[in-house]
Amino acid sequence: MMIIQPVIWLGLFGKAFNLTGLVSIPPQLLNQLPPYITIQIAEIFNQMISSIFSGITDYFTYMAAGMLSVVILFTSMFSGMSVVWDRRFGFLNKLLVAPIARGSIVIAKVTSSVIRGLFQAALVFAIAFAFGLKIGDAFNVLDLIGIFTGLFLLSLGLSSLFIALTIRIRSWEAHMAVVNLLNLPLMFASSALFPINIMPDWLQAIVKVNPISYSSDLIRAFILHSHSVGLDISRITLNFEVLIAFATIFSLIGIVLAERGLRKG
Amino acid sequence: MSIIETKGLTKVFGKLIAVDHVSFNVEEGEIFGFLGPNGAGKTTTINMLTTLLKPTEGTAKVAGMDIVKDANKVRSLIGLVPQDLTVDEDLTGMENMLLQATLYNVPKEVAKKRIEEVLSLVELKDVANRKVETYSGGMRKRLELAEGLLHYPKVLFLDEPTLGLDVQTRAVIWDYIKKLKEEHGITIFMTTHYMEEADALCDRIAIIDYGKIRALGKPKELKDSIGGDVIELVLSDYSKDFSEDIAKMPYVIDAKRKSETYRIKVSKGEEALPKIIENILKMNLKVSKVSLIKPTLDQVYLEYTGRSLREIEGNREEVMRMMRNIRRVRQ
Repeated sequence: MMIIQPVIWLGLFGKAFNLTGLVSIPPQLLNQLPPYITIQIAEIFNQMISSIFSGITDYFTYMAAGMLSVVILFTSMFSGMSVVWDRRFGFLNKLLVAPIARGSIVIAKVTSSVIRGLFQAALVFAIAFAFGLKIGDAFNVLDLIGIFTGLFLLSLGLSSLFIALTIRIRSWEAHMAVVNLLNLPLMFASSALFPINIMPDWLQAIVKVNPISYSSDLIRAFILHSHSVGLDISRITLNFEVLIAFATIFSLIGIVLAERGLRKG
Repeated sequence: MSIIETKGLTKVFGKLIAVDHVSFNVEEGEIFGFLGPNGAGKTTTINMLTTLLKPTEGTAKVAGMDIVKDANKVRSLIGLVPQDLTVDEDLTGMENMLLQATLYNVPKEVAKKRIEEVLSLVELKDVANRKVETYSGGMRKRLELAEGLLHYPKVLFLDEPTLGLDVQTRAVIWDYIKKLKEEHGITIFMTTHYMEEADALCDRIAIIDYGKIRALGKPKELKDSIGGDVIELVLSDYSKDFSEDIAKMPYVIDAKRKSETYRIKVSKGEEALPKIIENILKMNLKVSKVSLIKPTLDQVYLEYTGRSLREIEGNREEVMRMMRNIRRVRQ
């Protein structure tokens, strides 16, 4: 079930909503022009698109890279859900009377969510590749490790965030409301699906604090590298720095809140 | 030695005083029953003693450890069999036990031996490798009990151990509880709604209502406190009132006649009955009907908690939980 949604997104957004198609010139017009001009025009358009889509030249590849982060968002969202259900079924009490640190309960929940998230991201990555995600020949193991390290950090941070939010929530209805409130802004106010350059300034400000933007950009940098473009070290470092900070801060918040607030409801 | 000591234990939720300065001791090796209507403060007390809730006021020690300061030590010394069924359906009985062993830091080598031991105690050894989803409600409850015993707790807390179980399973669970006390010397703190259960199992009982302990003592003492045994008899001779003569007989505390029936309060019903009949025969009277009425714990309970139905504020979550538990146990 969890995997169907991102696949539908891939199909609907990536294929039907093809942004690069919007700026194409009708073929009959192109045919009337001499070839050297069409080549120049193609060059100009490619550069325009490439500058908008941070270096990537087709929308599907652009959004598929972002989709990996969105999949992580979806799975993390449900990590909090399991805390709510454990509480409802009394399983949480069983953990709470056991002589174990409160923090370890949260760490275990986060770990399971991270593993599930990475597994699904790997699946979506494979499906996106089958659908037409363009990866260059220079793609190597290091790029793959880079991509999944980025996703790991994002998942760690987001799962901790969602679990921290649900530590004191008793009912699944309230939990769903909170999660839905966060879900859409986190997904759309990021560069996962749309290029940041075409957004209004106020939205850009939000996008720039959204960790999903950084992991999406990180993945794109690695995909670009596979097209024999030199690895943009400063871009990758910045993204990693933000993601590491995000993951560290939120997992610590989760553990601290658990020690304090994880109690019988 | 008291294994549980509470002093002025209090828990306040907003405006509601759920537990109001409760003080009692539980002796090592006894079965202590905690009775009371819904919303009386039973579960809140158990939650505080098992470190799930922090008391607003007062202190309690379990096995010599403070429930707030040494919460983690308390946790390793106690076992809790909750009202909810918390065993994992997707795992086998054995896997559930191994998970429990990990939670309680029981080393793997030791765990294997102990798991075998506690599973044979609750007679689940043969089905240990079956998934829990194939277990009946009673079997799940027994597995839950086995989990609570795995780390050899000093005190075992049982929250409504037989709620929703059939008569056979209930009898079996009673046997286990007795065995635990007699053979392993484990102190048991249990809550229940079934008076006959409390009467059959508990050494001492506390009746709690509106957050306060209303009565505490041995079941027999409590029963005696509300009036002891009563003999009702009818004599063949209706013409005279013999209640004054009867009142002078040994064992008799008080005798009254109401129409043709004599209501005689006595101290030891079983011993008093033949003696009274003998004495009546000596007076050349004949007994046409006789019955011995012993007070039940039900009467004690109603005496201390009142007969009125509880209109405590409904808690949807609580009701749902109870329904769900009963449903799951009975499937």
